[in-house]
Amino acid sequence: MKEKLLSIREEVLSCIDSAKDLNDIEDIRVKYLGKKGKLTLLLREMGRLSKEERPIIGKLANEVREEIEEGLTNAKKEFKERIKLEKIEKEKIDVTISKRTKKLGHRHPLLQTIEELENLFMNMGFSIIDGPEIETVENNFDALNSPENHPSRDLTDTFYITPEILLRTHTSPVQIRAMKEKGAPLRMVSAGRTFRFDDVDDTHSPMFHQIEGLVVGENITLGHLKYTIDVFVKELFGKDMKTRFRPHHFPFTEPSAEVDVSCFNCKGKGCPVCNGTGWSMELLGCGMVHPQVLKNCGIDPEKYSGFAFGMGVDRITMVKYGIDDIRLLFENDNRFLEQF
Amino acid sequence: MLVPVKWLREYVKIDDIHSKTLADELTLSGSHVESIISMERDIEKVVVGRIEKLEKHENADNLLVVAVNIGTETLQIVTGAKNLKEGDCVPVALVGARLPGGVNIDKVNFRGVESYGMLCSLKELGYEDSVIPKYQRDGIFVFDKEYPLGSDIKEILGLYGDVIEFEITPNRPDCLSMIGMARETAATFNRQLKLPEIKVTAEVDDIKDYVEAVEVDEELCNRYYVRVIKDIVIKESPLWLQNRLIEAGVRPINNIVDITNYVMLELGQPLHAFDYDKLKNKKIVVKRAEEGQKMLTLDGVERKLKNSHLLITDGENILGIAGVMGGFESEVTDDTTTVLLESANFNSRSIRLTAKDLNLRTEASSRFEKGIDPNLCEMAAERVCQLVEEIEAGKVVKGIIDVYPNVREEKNIELRPEKVNGLLGIELSIDEMIDYLERLGLKAVKDGNVLKVTVPTYRLDLEIEADLIEEIGRLYGFHNVPSKPLEGILTRGEKSFERTVAEKAKTVLQALGFNEAMTYSFISPKAYDKIKVEEDSQLRKYIQIMNPLGEDYSVMRTTIIPNVMDMLSRNYNFGVKECFVYELGNIFIPKELPLKELPYEKKRLTIGMYGSVDFYDLKESVEIMLERLRIEDVEYLPEKDNQTFHPNRTARLMKDHEQIGIIGEVHMDVLENYDLDVRVYIADLDFDMIVEMTNLERRYRPLAKYPAIERDIAIVVDEDILVGDLEKTILDNGQGLIEKVELFDVYTGEQVSEGKKSVAFSIIFRSFDRTLVDDEVNAIQENIIKALEENYNAKLRS
Repeated sequence: MKEKLLSIREEVLSCIDSAKDLNDIEDIRVKYLGKKGKLTLLLREMGRLSKEERPIIGKLANEVREEIEEGLTNAKKEFKERIKLEKIEKEKIDVTISKRTKKLGHRHPLLQTIEELENLFMNMGFSIIDGPEIETVENNFDALNSPENHPSRDLTDTFYITPEILLRTHTSPVQIRAMKEKGAPLRMVSAGRTFRFDDVDDTHSPMFHQIEGLVVGENITLGHLKYTIDVFVKELFGKDMKTRFRPHHFPFTEPSAEVDVSCFNCKGKGCPVCNGTGWSMELLGCGMVHPQVLKNCGIDPEKYSGFAFGMGVDRITMVKYGIDDIRLLFENDNRFLEQF
Repeated sequence: MLVPVKWLREYVKIDDIHSKTLADELTLSGSHVESIISMERDIEKVVVGRIEKLEKHENADNLLVVAVNIGTETLQIVTGAKNLKEGDCVPVALVGARLPGGVNIDKVNFRGVESYGMLCSLKELGYEDSVIPKYQRDGIFVFDKEYPLGSDIKEILGLYGDVIEFEITPNRPDCLSMIGMARETAATFNRQLKLPEIKVTAEVDDIKDYVEAVEVDEELCNRYYVRVIKDIVIKESPLWLQNRLIEAGVRPINNIVDITNYVMLELGQPLHAFDYDKLKNKKIVVKRAEEGQKMLTLDGVERKLKNSHLLITDGENILGIAGVMGGFESEVTDDTTTVLLESANFNSRSIRLTAKDLNLRTEASSRFEKGIDPNLCEMAAERVCQLVEEIEAGKVVKGIIDVYPNVREEKNIELRPEKVNGLLGIELSIDEMIDYLERLGLKAVKDGNVLKVTVPTYRLDLEIEADLIEEIGRLYGFHNVPSKPLEGILTRGEKSFERTVAEKAKTVLQALGFNEAMTYSFISPKAYDKIKVEEDSQLRKYIQIMNPLGEDYSVMRTTIIPNVMDMLSRNYNFGVKECFVYELGNIFIPKELPLKELPYEKKRLTIGMYGSVDFYDLKESVEIMLERLRIEDVEYLPEKDNQTFHPNRTARLMKDHEQIGIIGEVHMDVLENYDLDVRVYIADLDFDMIVEMTNLERRYRPLAKYPAIERDIAIVVDEDILVGDLEKTILDNGQGLIEKVELFDVYTGEQVSEGKKSVAFSIIFRSFDRTLVDDEVNAIQENIIKALEENYNAKLRS
């Protein structure tokens, strides 16, 4: 009996060694450990053994059985592992291939700039207000204190629909509307399309865009204006950007100023792009709202003061993205739009 | 405005200030410097020489051999110039000299004669054509008198120092003069201003013998100041005067004209000299023209006049158009011996309209239209007389005639110091404020709590308190005003619901691969023909621009479809294979035409696409977008009548019996009109309606706990039956237990008889409160099939 057990053990272990796949292992299990397996059958003969022999052989039989089971389990594991590795090996792909069937659309760079500016001012407590593209002469010029014979009112500067109705030449009439409707205090920005009688070339377009801001309240000063502009310029162009406030003239503000920013090219050191001045061309116009303009909108200039600022979004967009021809903004060439 | 620093120095002491500092500081006080131009030229070894002898070149008829004395020696130089005579002083470029443009002078042999240098013209010395006097244009430059022989011509011609170019804002016409800029300089650097001392000494005769009367139209002429100058010899001006004009960008003409231009540049007052001998009467009448009257201006053009134009006449003949241009007849010529000098002030609006009517803008008219202090007339005329005496151009006749109906007085403005500090956000003392104002030539006196400020008449721009605050602010320096964050009640910025909806819609479209486009608000009226809009369509009731840039930009769009077609066409013709775009913009709908009040501006979302896509791709995108905005139950009904679109591939979008828009394949005729050889799909949506229907509120709905039962049914129906109608019937008969109906097949062909189609749906049944059992679902399914059979004559497909 003992010999038989030992020989079965040898037999099985050598079978496992020569097994080729998982099926062989299963066959071996059935052949020895199955209901009619060699070991199973042999163990049934245990009854015939003497009392003395039984525990000794029994112990040995269990050891053999455990050894075989362990051998089978290990072999199974090994085969499974090998199969996995083979599979992994076979499933090689070329990771350099791009499929690109999905595509994301692109937002227009100019409208992105407007949105960015609007959000920036919204965070500073300014509300966003829209106004119409077709405006009255009253809102576009008269209420803004524009002199009656100012050249900007000419047919060679402004598009008219009738002598009293025109295409707005700036976004300022939205400020007039807001002041008339909402009164003081007020913090607002308005961006949108504006129109001037300019032939199309690489820096001019009969339609362009502005964003303007207005703050009206008690004790509003030039210092507040400067702070607001500084914050906005640094947010938009970077912390190392400097601003320069220069006195200027606009009919709707008094005092008025133009703001230059450090040259985009040399960041203020002086280079041929800025004629060695270190300053780039004026970025925006601003000033303290003219008392007559406040009066025109029903706001008491003795109680309230305010500041306003405005700038061309097209130029800011062009500077920001390095676009050298304004026409690109309105041609909607896919190859252009897909760059943003 | 060009300001030579040399000239500026005559009125304010700034020798110690570098041009760059001058420019920077003046910019910060409000006179924006556009550029600094150096007068220096790349010239070396060019000296003054005197022509001693002129001889013909023996081998060349066109050349002269000249002996030129340059002080240390006499050189032999060959020249082709024809304007020289013995005794002339000329610029001589010596051998080894350098001229602008990198020209080097060597010894040259001209047909057997050695030339030791070159005689120069102004052009060769680097002068712009626009400032070279006509009499110097051809030939060698001849000095006005003899200068030390051999001396450097750069000194004599003033070719050193800088010219500063300023941008003068329209409110400061007083700065369009050397004196005006000197005032700004003096105020900015806190230095003394030194005005020229004007003295006219040797006067002869009496003006009354020359001019007996001056009558003016008091509405259009504020002042008319007359002087007469006799015994004039018209010739070129002395070199210093010519240099001044050239530096300021003005071409020298002759002594009399040069003096009037000089004084205009110096003081800002335009002056005009008439040839006295051309006057028929001894008087000046300034009056309106007769309607249709004609005259010849000194540029040789005949002008047709209007009654609104102001003329200078002698009561009979027209001498000139007031403030715009003199007459051809009365112009100063080489033969002129006596002139009548006009120093006048005219109504600025009238001058502006006259110049505009005649399309004739001159230096004088542009100055008058910006506004000039009438008190300048006297000073300017006297300054001219002084210069006439100084350069011995003629003799000044004794006496003046000054008609001054509209006297301009000094203005008084009250200034509250607390308003100054309050508006600027600074803390100046009253004395500091007075100091800044006085630097600018204003007078300020304390009167209780306010300052009484007197404004000189040349400051036409200072009208109200805020103007004075600006003056103090700009001299204090805006750059010195401390920045301060906004204070007060914390407010949150807001934006409209419409903006929020637009941003959501754009985000969806972007995710679906659409590019955002932007086009002009105005289009060509021809666009309506190109997209085949019917003649009587409301879309053709567009607003026209009175003065468009051209037909292409002449009407305010009532539809964005042409803009989208244009950009698709442009991209297609650039070889872009696939293009998905949209524009969200305004269309303009008049309440009535012609426009009496502002029109409606409506937001329109127009989406266009071409490429490997079909109608259903565009429809899917629109559906996804509307779903995102929670606009549900939108019906797509076939639309056959819109001429822009394919009659069998177009739908109108309906929600609650209102039309939101249209979606379809663009009609082939329209594609041809846009040179498109590819199918194009467009959706044109009323975005205002979309905003109104949008629901951005979201509420959680419990997730389904009970299992779903899925059933497929396939039916055969007539080909014309709409899938949308079948789906509706299925849902209507679902007893509220249908979660979803999905179309999974539409088939026509072999196994289906002619004129029929097979449609297959997958229906998902689910209850939220129990597990459905087969029997229940079977019953519903049977009802559905029955309804399909009854309504659409559908046959179940086995």
